[in-house]
Amino acid sequence: MGKFNKAGGREMPELNTSSLPDLVFAFLFFIMMVTSMREVSLKVVFRSPQATELQKLEKKSLVTFIYVGEPMQEFRAQMGTATRVQLNDNFAEISEIESYIAQEKGSMKEEDAPFMTVSIKADKETQMGIITDIKQALREAYALKISYSASPRVNPL
Amino acid sequence: MARKKRKAPSINATSSADIAFMLLLFFLLTSSMDTDRGLPRRLPQPVPKDQKKEDVDIKKRNLLVVLISSSNQILCGGEYVDIKQLKDRVKEFVENPYNDEHKPEKIDVDVPLFGNMMVTKNHVISLQNDRGTSYQAYIDVQNELAAAYTELRNDVSQKKFGKIFAELDEEQQKAVQTIYPQKISEAEPKNYGGGK
Repeated sequence: MGKFNKAGGREMPELNTSSLPDLVFAFLFFIMMVTSMREVSLKVVFRSPQATELQKLEKKSLVTFIYVGEPMQEFRAQMGTATRVQLNDNFAEISEIESYIAQEKGSMKEEDAPFMTVSIKADKETQMGIITDIKQALREAYALKISYSASPRVNPL
Repeated sequence: MARKKRKAPSINATSSADIAFMLLLFFLLTSSMDTDRGLPRRLPQPVPKDQKKEDVDIKKRNLLVVLISSSNQILCGGEYVDIKQLKDRVKEFVENPYNDEHKPEKIDVDVPLFGNMMVTKNHVISLQNDRGTSYQAYIDVQNELAAAYTELRNDVSQKKFGKIFAELDEEQQKAVQTIYPQKISEAEPKNYGGGK
């Protein structure tokens, strides 16, 4: 009864992997779509404050960032150690915020402009004076939706 | 001559998957997936320059002043409080469970889905800070205020719908928001403690 003999020397059929690269590429494109490469190089030291009642910012394309903190070590020679504001890739003065916001608004689609959100990423050691000034500048620029960026609390209150 | 038919040699493509994986890993590492989280707030409209500042008349009982001093101490309704007590203070103020006459007045409001409810509609929490206050202290207070409102809203949602506020649909959320409107006013900056 050689019916069940493996006389034929059958081999395990090989899995066809020729479409695997395509799958991976499709995944790659997906990742490229959902993540944002638009990362500015930070010039200020920024340690985010901690909070618990956080909400996610929904649309990334509508969010403008303002960084506040002390200049990093390599910029201290020119800028000193006082808290500075960073817009895009450069240090800026508070007075420049208004025109910066106007410019950002201009680059958006008109129907999106009212939903613009400004995320204030300030160092936790910052004094409120500069934050208050920024808030006043944002009010003047009619960027009324803001978000105080924070990270989830690790150590309890 | 019956020669064997020659096949066109195919490129060995087994490693292209590896190459694609390398690319994928590179993008995964360099791009930032992190969703930015934060405490969302709305700033008030700017005051037109030519307009005289008019004082909005708020009854004293409807107002809770939360002041953060330059040394990060919290003054809530005229008393020093610890950050841990702040949430309960705010909850008590907003809810006014015993109809205290020093707490916000309750007004009969017709809330959709709920019917008539007594709501402390006119309450205002005025958040004031000094120029020298640290940002972390300010965020802590903002966070506690938000937490107080979240808890109140969760309580009423749980009672009525059996779900927490975040899981309700839009109409239900609106109704709950009518009962506990979030009224945090961030006052114009003042400079008490000196310091920049």
